[in-house]
Amino acid sequence: MIINHPLLGPRDAAEFVVKGDANLINRPDWQADDAAQQFYEYAYLRDNPAGEHRELWYHEQGDRSWLVVTRNTLTHEVTKVELARDVARAAGRSA
Amino acid sequence: MTQSNRIDGGLIDRDRALSFRFNGKTMTGHPGDTLASALLANGQRLVGRSFKYHRPRGIFSCGSEEPNALVQLRTGAAQEPNTRATVVELYDQLSATSQNHRGPLAFDFMGVNDLLSPFLSAGFYYKTFMWPKAFWEKIYEPVIRNSAGLGKLSMKGDVDRYDHGFLHCDVLVIGAGPAGLSAALAAGRSGARVILADEDFRMGGRLLAETLEVDGMPGVDWAAEALAELSSMDNVRLMTRTTVYGAFDHGVYGALERMTDHLPTSGNKPRQVLWRVYSKRAVLCAGATERSIAFGNNDRPGVMLAGAVRAYANRYGVAPGKRVTVMTNNDDGWRTATDLLAKGVKVAALIDTRTGITRTLDGVRVETGSGLIDTKGHNGISWATLQSGIKIETDCLAVAGGWSPNVHLTCHQRGRPTWSEDIAAFVPGSDLPPGMRVAGSANGTMTMGACLTEGRDVANETIRDLGFTASRKAAAKAEDEASDITAFWHMGGSKARAWVDLQNDVTTKDIKQSHTEGFRSVEHLKRYTTLGMATDQGKTANVLGLAILAEASGKTIPETGTTIFRPPYTPVPLGAFAGRSRGQDFKPFRLTPSHDWAKSNGATFIETGMWLRAQWFARPGEKGWRDSVDREVTMTRNSVGICDVTTLGKIDIQGRDAAAFLNKIYCNGFAKLALGKVRYGLMLREDGLAYDDGTTARMSENHFVMTTTTANAVTVFRNMEFARQCLWPDMDVHLISTTDGWAQFAVAGPNARKLLQNVVDEGHDISNEAFPFMACGEITICGGIPARLFRISFSGELAYEIAVPARYGNALMGVLMEAGKEFDATPYGTEALGVMRIEKGHAAGNELNGQTTAAMLGMGRMVSKAKDSIGSKLSERPGLNEEGDLRLVGLRPVDRSVLLNAGAHFITKGDTPSMETDQGWMTSVAYSPSLGHSVGLGFVKSGTDRMGEVIRAYDPLRGKDTDVEIVSAHFIDPEGERLRA
Repeated sequence: MIINHPLLGPRDAAEFVVKGDANLINRPDWQADDAAQQFYEYAYLRDNPAGEHRELWYHEQGDRSWLVVTRNTLTHEVTKVELARDVARAAGRSA
Repeated sequence: MTQSNRIDGGLIDRDRALSFRFNGKTMTGHPGDTLASALLANGQRLVGRSFKYHRPRGIFSCGSEEPNALVQLRTGAAQEPNTRATVVELYDQLSATSQNHRGPLAFDFMGVNDLLSPFLSAGFYYKTFMWPKAFWEKIYEPVIRNSAGLGKLSMKGDVDRYDHGFLHCDVLVIGAGPAGLSAALAAGRSGARVILADEDFRMGGRLLAETLEVDGMPGVDWAAEALAELSSMDNVRLMTRTTVYGAFDHGVYGALERMTDHLPTSGNKPRQVLWRVYSKRAVLCAGATERSIAFGNNDRPGVMLAGAVRAYANRYGVAPGKRVTVMTNNDDGWRTATDLLAKGVKVAALIDTRTGITRTLDGVRVETGSGLIDTKGHNGISWATLQSGIKIETDCLAVAGGWSPNVHLTCHQRGRPTWSEDIAAFVPGSDLPPGMRVAGSANGTMTMGACLTEGRDVANETIRDLGFTASRKAAAKAEDEASDITAFWHMGGSKARAWVDLQNDVTTKDIKQSHTEGFRSVEHLKRYTTLGMATDQGKTANVLGLAILAEASGKTIPETGTTIFRPPYTPVPLGAFAGRSRGQDFKPFRLTPSHDWAKSNGATFIETGMWLRAQWFARPGEKGWRDSVDREVTMTRNSVGICDVTTLGKIDIQGRDAAAFLNKIYCNGFAKLALGKVRYGLMLREDGLAYDDGTTARMSENHFVMTTTTANAVTVFRNMEFARQCLWPDMDVHLISTTDGWAQFAVAGPNARKLLQNVVDEGHDISNEAFPFMACGEITICGGIPARLFRISFSGELAYEIAVPARYGNALMGVLMEAGKEFDATPYGTEALGVMRIEKGHAAGNELNGQTTAAMLGMGRMVSKAKDSIGSKLSERPGLNEEGDLRLVGLRPVDRSVLLNAGAHFITKGDTPSMETDQGWMTSVAYSPSLGHSVGLGFVKSGTDRMGEVIRAYDPLRGKDTDVEIVSAHFIDPEGERLRA
């Protein structure tokens, strides 16, 4: 499998470590009224679709970028690769 | 033995003779021969015994599809079972033996299975060995195992080396037959980077086996010209002896190149190389495989595929028989007869199952609309019987059942072949692996002229995709030979068994029986009868089997469906997959900076995670490891000891938000850590359980140095990068793993400071006042060497950790020992390290095992509720905070002479041991030389409220039941006076 790294170009999947559902970026607000419920869902509930899926991959044997890879779990087709940091910022995450 | 069946012609070098042995018998062949062609040349028809019934079997095909002629090649440690004689290139002094028989090949005692065949049909094992149950392990299984399998392993280590390699190309052309050569020429002429791979040792495919002309010259000569042109192109790489065995994601192909299998020994070279080929596009020109027709006793040595008989005659100059009979359902079979006649080989008869054929052959009896129903002969065919009852004397039967395109690689990403009535075979479906095109007979294009044209056309389409300009040069031209076929699968009319899958001894009857018993899907058929399994994966048998199943179920073949193919196309040795990752190289370890010093000072080493560490340093007179470890602990606690702790993970953290970031990572507070101070930190997982611990030192306002456990060094760094990039992307913080960059030593014991004062440069005050417990700082030692000093202790003693750039590590160990001479300093290893941390009650891997909470570890109050940190929210879950939860405590045996065992479970006195009465378990134990008895750490329900209680350490696995007293986990210096001294 090949992941087209936004900074480094096509790289073999063997250079990466996969973490799973990119929803892990959306860590809840610890001060929300229902924070306990939100954190429970965040920690334990994952989508595992047969089809297009957004996943976190870490370029451990490379530049250490975390990437969000949009991959079809049935065909392994990769349709989009983004820097996770850009995705996180776009989702409104900041310090 | 003379080469009694050798005839004129062929692509062999008759000027050189190669001597080889088969079952101890010496024979000769020539360069260009395969083992199979040489055996046939020497008149050796019987080459092995079948898997189940131990039937005599001979060479059936001339390629990698061979189901029968599996031999053991070479001897000793280099011995390789189940090699196909049809693809083994002959070399001088080759030695091969036949497989799967007891006693001589020509009289196999296991042949009794053949007489028992009425009882051994499909599903025999499932039905027979069901009862009595007790018989399975003692009787059935050993007997089955003993009689199962084909070849034998040498049971010695593989003496050869293997390697992995990586290749990149624009176009990968798989197969160098007419279509493949034509495709490679077109792609190569356009300037694209091309790899042309072929499993054979000579490229050309069927061009080498046929007498058809291309561009007005013999096909063999055209192939040679094409290859000469391709070799002259810098952008083309030709790979012979290379099987592309799998089509993987995103244009990645797996290929196995056999580098030295054609040589007597591999010498110093890798025997095989497993290539990972990164292609932008691929053109599959894998050709087609001929299949048989089922009829009675169609498995005797001498019964062969017609195309193979022709190939042996044309390519290898071998007549597989003196009186050949051809049975065919298509025009291709006729060419075997005409080619043999042209070579002067007698053709006894040609039997065409089709009706309405008016063609004749001079001097050959031609029967049409008929077929053979039986054969006879001892260890090989001598007679064949026609439907009409007429017997034909023959020693070789060439069967032409039609050709099946080699669609295997088109299926590797779940592609499904579709049925083509025109050629009575499956052709590639529309769902090919992305980037792949198919050309030639792999695509169902069955004639020479059409293959050449299609190869060029498909290659041109492919390179235009990639932006290259196709060359205008036309494809080579050849006549389209006759190739009509009328599907015909098996002859009835005889009670003799008719074989479908020769390798697995599956007959037409087995398939019909499978259907009768309800195994009607092709997938069930395959698993119930074993059709299409083992080394050949049914290359010659699958379609025939499907056709017979279709017939039995009254369906068409497309309705019946087909199994699809997975990688590998042909077997790949495990050694090739392993490559260089064998033995120690399978999991290399890192050496600590002081490794050389430790080695020359009597260290015994142990692998810990990714590292090789000193376990203890034995001194003369010590009788076992306990002597050494006890002494190291005692000397350290009495004076001073030194231990290489480089393996702890080190992460350098810098940036304006470094402190705030650490506050997120650790559950306890770090924002207010003073400059020049170290703090113990505990990390949780997001689910609230304890994850890792260590110390972090604030070297300056925006610069921290973290240590992690050795085991979690990699994942902690990974998770911190995740937090930095994905959770708090705007924090100004930067991370570098410096584990390997700094050598770090623990210097522990009451004389630790005095020892260090001998090496620390003037101007750095490390007195207790200036450099108290948990202080840190940048210093220099030994006259200007930069170093970091941390006053931290894992042993409970006055202790420091000193770090220097890794290159100074080995020297520093010597310097520290020299500086400690006056204090009788000792080096200590991981065992003494472990003993001292248990004596002091520090949690380590056994306690931080992913199932424990901060509260269980006695650190519940460390989890700050005033801030957000990873895991803090879920650590508050009710389930992790119940009355009576486990707590970390110390345990000591009531009878001090008893040694404790980790893993023992605690049972309250008077209770009967059970899951319900379980009170926890012992996590770590050590013999404490400081106390003179065994001590343990463990989790006990409400343990901290049960101090002084005597409880049972119940260990049924080791048959032990020990009374232990619950005590503080801090066996040594509970008030911490020593480490603050």
